[in-house]
Amino acid sequence: MMFFYATLLIGIAGLITLLRLILGPSVPDRVVALDTMNTLVVAAMVLLGAAYERAIYIDIAIVYALLSYVGTLIIAKYLQGGLS
Amino acid sequence: MIADYLIMAFLGISVVFNLLGSIALHRFPDVYTRLHGATKCTTFGTMFAVFAVIVHSVVRLKETGNPKYLQMAIHSFVAMFALLMTNPVGAHAIAKAAHLSGYMPKRAVVDAYMKRREENEC
Repeated sequence: MMFFYATLLIGIAGLITLLRLILGPSVPDRVVALDTMNTLVVAAMVLLGAAYERAIYIDIAIVYALLSYVGTLIIAKYLQGGLS
Repeated sequence: MIADYLIMAFLGISVVFNLLGSIALHRFPDVYTRLHGATKCTTFGTMFAVFAVIVHSVVRLKETGNPKYLQMAIHSFVAMFALLMTNPVGAHAIAKAAHLSGYMPKRAVVDAYMKRREENEC
């Protein structure tokens, strides 16, 4: 039961981060907010895997962490001038 | 019994640091300070969430002897390791990209990276 409450509070943190993603005055601000949200989603996924006692959710968290890293690197490469 | 309190303490640390990381996005003035607040706080918070899951699954493994819980502990450790290796690299890439694309730090007294870039260009 404790894991559900912790997931709920991490979801609230994700909503606060989503506010910065929408409001963000510049593009790098939005990228920082997206990177933070990816980490929060990984934390919520691991906690949900423990709450429902399904190990497959944690595998999804591993794949999500690696793919979000690749996405962040590609966006940063695009920001600093071209994907060449 | 002790494990319950340990899980509660780890989950409390995790939730507090994740909330602080997301509030830091609103309280800091520019990209670099926001990166400083958000990245470190959320990495630390996720580490402690994984520690809570590991303690929970080790306790359940001792109670039931089901190998599913051993798999859960090992895989959550792998998730933490992947996050720990990749998150700082991503933050450095964002900071470098923001500096190269022209977003300067506000109210900065010393900008050593700008100085190095000018020396390399001249």
